[in-house]
Amino acid sequence: MAITAAPADRLARPPAGSPPPRGTGRRRTRSALLFLAPFGLVFVTMMVAPIGYALYQSFFRVERSGLGLAAPTNAFAGAANYLAALRDSEFMASFGRVLLIGVVQVPLMLGIALLLALLLDARFAAFKRTFRMIYFLPYALPGVIAAIMWSFLYQPSISPFTAAFKHFGLDVDFLSGDLVLGSIGNMMTWGYTGFNMLIIYSALQAIPGELTEAAGLDGCGWWRIVWHVKIPAVRPALILTAVFSIIGTAQLYNDPEILHQVAPTVSSSYTPIMAAQQSAAINNYNYAATQSIILAVLTFVLSFGFLKLTQRKGAQT
Amino acid sequence: MTAIAEATRTRPRRVRSVSPMSRTGAFAVMALFAVYTLVPVWWLLVTATKNKGYLFTTSPLWFSHFDLWGNIRDVFAQEDGVFGRWMLNSLIYCVGGATVSTVLSAMAGYALAKFSFRGRELAFNIILGAVLVPAVMFALPLYLMFSEIHLVNTYWSVLLPSIVSPFGVYLSRVYAAASVPDELLEAGRIDGASEGRIFWRVAMPIMAPALVTVFLYQFVAIWNNYLLPVLMLNSDTLQPVTVGLANWRQRLTEGIPYNITITGAFLSVFPLVVAFLLLQRFWRSGLAAGSVK
Repeated sequence: MAITAAPADRLARPPAGSPPPRGTGRRRTRSALLFLAPFGLVFVTMMVAPIGYALYQSFFRVERSGLGLAAPTNAFAGAANYLAALRDSEFMASFGRVLLIGVVQVPLMLGIALLLALLLDARFAAFKRTFRMIYFLPYALPGVIAAIMWSFLYQPSISPFTAAFKHFGLDVDFLSGDLVLGSIGNMMTWGYTGFNMLIIYSALQAIPGELTEAAGLDGCGWWRIVWHVKIPAVRPALILTAVFSIIGTAQLYNDPEILHQVAPTVSSSYTPIMAAQQSAAINNYNYAATQSIILAVLTFVLSFGFLKLTQRKGAQT
Repeated sequence: MTAIAEATRTRPRRVRSVSPMSRTGAFAVMALFAVYTLVPVWWLLVTATKNKGYLFTTSPLWFSHFDLWGNIRDVFAQEDGVFGRWMLNSLIYCVGGATVSTVLSAMAGYALAKFSFRGRELAFNIILGAVLVPAVMFALPLYLMFSEIHLVNTYWSVLLPSIVSPFGVYLSRVYAAASVPDELLEAGRIDGASEGRIFWRVAMPIMAPALVTVFLYQFVAIWNNYLLPVLMLNSDTLQPVTVGLANWRQRLTEGIPYNITITGAFLSVFPLVVAFLLLQRFWRSGLAAGSVK
């Protein structure tokens, strides 16, 4: 939501404005813990425990003895599952795909989002409110429903776009092997540009008017104000949207999964999550757990690394 | 959300004027992206209203042979009305999950903002770290764990993971820190009210408008989470509408007609849009309450 934009720079430190209350008696501590307990309980059982369980499972393998008559046993596998995952070319290819989408689609989407936010923020723009509502519309559509909609829009037999291209003598199949990755990127751009735009836009709105006004009086044109005042001022919001987008791309699932059901060019292990789900579907739980752990660690490293990198850069300038 | 209301604020006028050409250029760029955004939704709307016999023979982007009611009847008649069941399930998961999650988040955020105790920062940092890990990441490990304890294919398998929202705790803490005055809580304590009573009677009403955002955020997150229910639920009487519709989409070749899936998709968007519109009123009042301070 947009509200995340303002406190973006607060991620690192606790929210200001509330000095710790006085009188920290034992009674207070007890009631604080009582308030925390329900969430804490659910947090531990629904988030910490599954990760711990997956981590544990990833170091074991199921061994079936003889003809499979005896009950299968869980045997310690060490790093064998992880080594198998690294050698699994299908699994590695799935990372390659999301990485490619991430490198191309995320900057493109954020560039469009920034441009639209700047235009909406500009004094000379018309119909601001209407445009803002239109841009935000895809966010109100559930991701899977949007994916189902696009799957129809891509299907050659009914796609209005294919028909339009045919009108100009072009034969375009959005689900062909060459285009399908771009088609998925388009679904993501369509779905999330408005959301990112709104985060950047609310950060733009928070820039004090005097700042841009002073630059304007100094003779700066729109572009120079944008470049020297506005974009630096919304840096935290841009970083936030980038981190959200990196995470979103790594966990890409809905769009390719729906397309997989209608297009043979999207394999059942097209993205890392689909690959892990595929492993679970064929009852290879240990391997599914391993794949999930690898994906979680890589996502965390990527988003956290990006956050650290941009923070260090920001400190230098 | 806040941005919508924020944006209505008028900005101070700048001195320099802008040439009509850049004005037109800006409008063109914005209009172009608006068209890009609207065309797919427009197609969905138009197609949902078409008689099933004319889906492919008429212009895809304009109305023709209006038969929306017939399509809706077909959607609800398909497979003994399972679509209605799906919608109800979605509502149960979203309303149930978001309500409980909002209360838990409010309590935890309030505790983290208004009490000081050992390990407070550590707890907050762990929760913040969890915000960075998307819910989808937990789905598969949860499935592995739930199948071990035979919880899969029940309402609980989707509801229980839905009631935890680290982001909601983060927001609640920010709101509680910013809007609940310590003096008010102190006054309550001097009057001899219990901590629980102070929370429910003093802190909650102040935080309530802001908690609508927490609720809505979680509502949307649950409605959108597809991987979790698709893993957990086999039985189609338990499935939310997203999983059911994806299933129909897949079974196109088995004779689930186009018009049913498309109209179903159109119908499933409705509750979310209504929720957005209804709750918008609260965001406004939430902002107004915040500005009084």
